[in-house]
Amino acid sequence: MSSARPIATTRSAAGMPTGRLAVWWVIASEIVIFGGIIASYVMYRLAHDAFAESAAHTATWIGATNTFILLTSSLFAVLGHKAAEHGDGPKAARMLHLTALGGLCFLLLKSYEWTMEITHGFTITASTFWSFYYTAAGLHALHVAVGILIMLIVAQTAKRNLELHRVELIGLYWHFVDIVWIFLFPLLYIAK
Amino acid sequence: MAETIPVGHAPEHAHEHHEPGFVAKYLWSTDHKMIAMQYLFTGSAMALLGGFFAYVFRSQLAFPGMSVPGFGLVSPNEYNALITNHGAIMIFWFAMPVLIAAFGNFLIPLMIGADDMAFPKINRLSYQIFLLSVLVLFVSFFVEGGAFGGAWTMYPPLSATAEYNQTPLGTTLFVTAVALEFVAFLMGGINFVVTAMNSRAPGMRMYDIPIVVWMIVLASIIFMASVGPLVAGAVMLLFDHNLGTAFFDPKRGGDPVLWQHLFWFFGHPEVYVVLLPAVGIVAEIITVFARKKLFAYKTVLYTAFGTGVLSFTVWAHHQFIAGIDPRMANVFTITTLLISVPVAEMMFVYIATLYGGSITLETPMLWALSFIATFLIGGVTGIFLGASGTDIYLHDTYFVLAHFHYTFVPIAVIGTFAGVTFWFPKMFGRMLDDRLGKIHFWGTVIPFNLIFIPLFVLGVAGEHRRIWDFTQFPELSAPWMRDLDKLATLSLWVMLSFQIVFLVNFFWSLRRGPKAPKNPWASNTLEWTADSPPPHGNWKELPTVYRGPYEYSVPGREQDYWPQNVPN
Repeated sequence: MSSARPIATTRSAAGMPTGRLAVWWVIASEIVIFGGIIASYVMYRLAHDAFAESAAHTATWIGATNTFILLTSSLFAVLGHKAAEHGDGPKAARMLHLTALGGLCFLLLKSYEWTMEITHGFTITASTFWSFYYTAAGLHALHVAVGILIMLIVAQTAKRNLELHRVELIGLYWHFVDIVWIFLFPLLYIAK
Repeated sequence: MAETIPVGHAPEHAHEHHEPGFVAKYLWSTDHKMIAMQYLFTGSAMALLGGFFAYVFRSQLAFPGMSVPGFGLVSPNEYNALITNHGAIMIFWFAMPVLIAAFGNFLIPLMIGADDMAFPKINRLSYQIFLLSVLVLFVSFFVEGGAFGGAWTMYPPLSATAEYNQTPLGTTLFVTAVALEFVAFLMGGINFVVTAMNSRAPGMRMYDIPIVVWMIVLASIIFMASVGPLVAGAVMLLFDHNLGTAFFDPKRGGDPVLWQHLFWFFGHPEVYVVLLPAVGIVAEIITVFARKKLFAYKTVLYTAFGTGVLSFTVWAHHQFIAGIDPRMANVFTITTLLISVPVAEMMFVYIATLYGGSITLETPMLWALSFIATFLIGGVTGIFLGASGTDIYLHDTYFVLAHFHYTFVPIAVIGTFAGVTFWFPKMFGRMLDDRLGKIHFWGTVIPFNLIFIPLFVLGVAGEHRRIWDFTQFPELSAPWMRDLDKLATLSLWVMLSFQIVFLVNFFWSLRRGPKAPKNPWASNTLEWTADSPPPHGNWKELPTVYRGPYEYSVPGREQDYWPQNVPN
C-alpha cells in the first residue's frame, strides 16, 4: 500500500515531513473553532453574573480527575512516540492503547458526570451557562472520541512496524485535545 | 541537484496497465485534475441554478404578480427562499468550489511541478463531502415547509426560534449543508497549503511560485483562520434550533448580535478568500498577454498578506446599525477603509504591468481587463459602506446589493471565465473559439453593468433589500423607479441568455475544437510544459525550475518568453 505514492507526498521543500505539516495546519484550524466558542463564552461570562451561580453546580472534583487522566494519557502518547522513534512498533502500539484507554476513562467519567447533572435538572436548556457547558465540553468530547478511534487504527499498523511516523502525528493531535481541555476546565469549573 | 526526477508512482498505478472503468475514471479518481473537473462542473451547474433563481426573483420584482415562465407565481415565502439560496449558492457552491477548489486543484501541482496533491485520497474525500453538501442543500428544497428563507446570513431569530422560523426542517438542512461544505474546504485548503509548501519542484524558491498559486494558498489560510468561529456558531445555531438552547435568543439570556459577529468574522474575510484566487488568475493572464514581467511581484504578495491580515479587522462594519458602540464603529470604519489600500495597490500593479506592454486582446485578456475595471467600481462604492456615517443611511438598500455584486461578479463570474478561457487548452487539449468567446464576453459584461448601475440609483432612492413587491409601497412605486427595476431585470435576461453562447462554445470545442499545442499562449509557467491535457502524474520526468514565472521580453533573448524549466 505504500508503493503507489505520488512524489508530491514525499517531497519536503519546507524541510518538515508532509504529514506533520498537515497535522499542524489541522490543529491551527481547530484552534479557531474552539477559539470561537471559548471567546463567545468569555464574552457572555463577563456580561452575565448569573453564570457564576450556575457554574457553582459543576462537579469540580470530576473535572480535576479528568484533567489528571487526560494529562496522563498524553504522557503515554509521548512514550509511544519515543518507542516509534526507536523503531519499536509493538511498544509504540502498546503505549497508544494506554493513551486510548485514558481517553476512554475520560469519556466514561464524563458520561457519569453528565448523567448526574442532567438528573439534577441541569440540562442543556437550563441556562445559557449550561448550554455553553454542554456544547463546549461536548465538542471536546467528540474530539476525544475521534482521537481514540484514529489512535486504535494507528496502533494497528504500528504493531506491524508500518507507518511509524503516524504515531507522532496522532500524538500531536492528542496533545492539542489535551490543551483545549486545559482551557475548558478552569473556564467551566473553576471560574465561579 | 538532479536535473530531472522520474515519476515514481506512475508504473504502480493499475490504469497504466488497463483502461479504468467509468466510475474509477470519473467518480473515484484521486488525480488532482479529475477532482478539479468535478469541482468545476459541479460549481458551474450550481451557478446555473443560482442564476435561474436570480431570474425568477428579479422577474417578480420587475413584474410583480406575473407568472414567471419556467417557475410560475412567486409567493413571498418562495421569494425569501429564492434570494436566500441564490446568495448561499453563489458564494458557497459556485465561487468557492470553482475559484479555489477547481483552479487550486488543477493549477497547484501543475504550476509547482508536482505529480499530484500531497494527499490525493483526502483530496477525493473533500470533493465527496462537498458533493454531499450539495445533495443536502437539494433535499432542503423539497422538505415540508420548504427551503430556508432567512437570508444567506442566517441571522437569528429568523433562523433559530421556532416562533419566527417557518421552515424548521429546511433550516436544519441548510445549516448542515453549509457546515459540510466548510469541512470539505478545510480538508481541501489544508491539502493546498501543504502541497504548495512542501511539494515544489527542485529549484523553485518561494518567489518563483506563480502568483495564482500564492493567492490560492493565502485564500486557503484566510479561510481556515476565519471559518472556525462560524463552525462553532453553526453548532450553536443548530442547538438553538433543534435542542432548545438560547445562545441567540434575547428573551432567555442569549444575544442575536453574537451570531452577527461570528458570521461576519468569517463572512467578511470570505470576500478576500474568493477575491485572491481571482486576482491571481488575472495576474497570470495579464503578464502573458502584455508580454511583460509582472510589475511588482513581491508587492502583490505583500499586499495580499496585508489584505489577509486586515480582512480579520473589518467584520463589524456589518453591525453599524445593529447597535454597536459608536467608538467601536469608528475603529471599524478606519480598518474597513484601510483595506482598500492593499487591494487598490494590486490593481495599480496590474495597470503598471500593462503600461508599455505588447497587449493582444484574446478572450482571456478581455476578461482580465474587465476584471480590473469592474472590480474598481465595486471597491470605490465600498468606501461609502465602510464609513459608518453613510452606511447608516445606505444599509440594507439596493446600493449595498449593487456594491457587492460589483465585487463578487468580477471575482466569481469574470474570474471564472478568465481562468477557464485561459486554461481550457491545458484542461481539455483543445482550443476555444475566440469569436464566440468575444460575443459571449460583450454579451455578459454590458448587460451586467445595466443590471447593477440602476440598482445603485434605486438604493440611494431608498429601495430596500429583501422586499417581495415594491408596488405595495407608494414611495417606492414612482414610474422612474419601476422603469429602472425593469431595465435591471431585462438586462439580467439578456446576460443569462448570452451564457448559452458560452455553453455552446465550451461543449462544441471540447469535442470539435482545434487540437491545442502544448503552450498556445507562449507562457512561462510549468503547467504549459506538460502535455495537453496532462496525463495522470502530469510529466514523464518532473521539471526542475531555474527562474521566476514572469520573464517575458527579456532583452537579448530570441524568444519573448523564458519558461521556468529551461536552463538558460
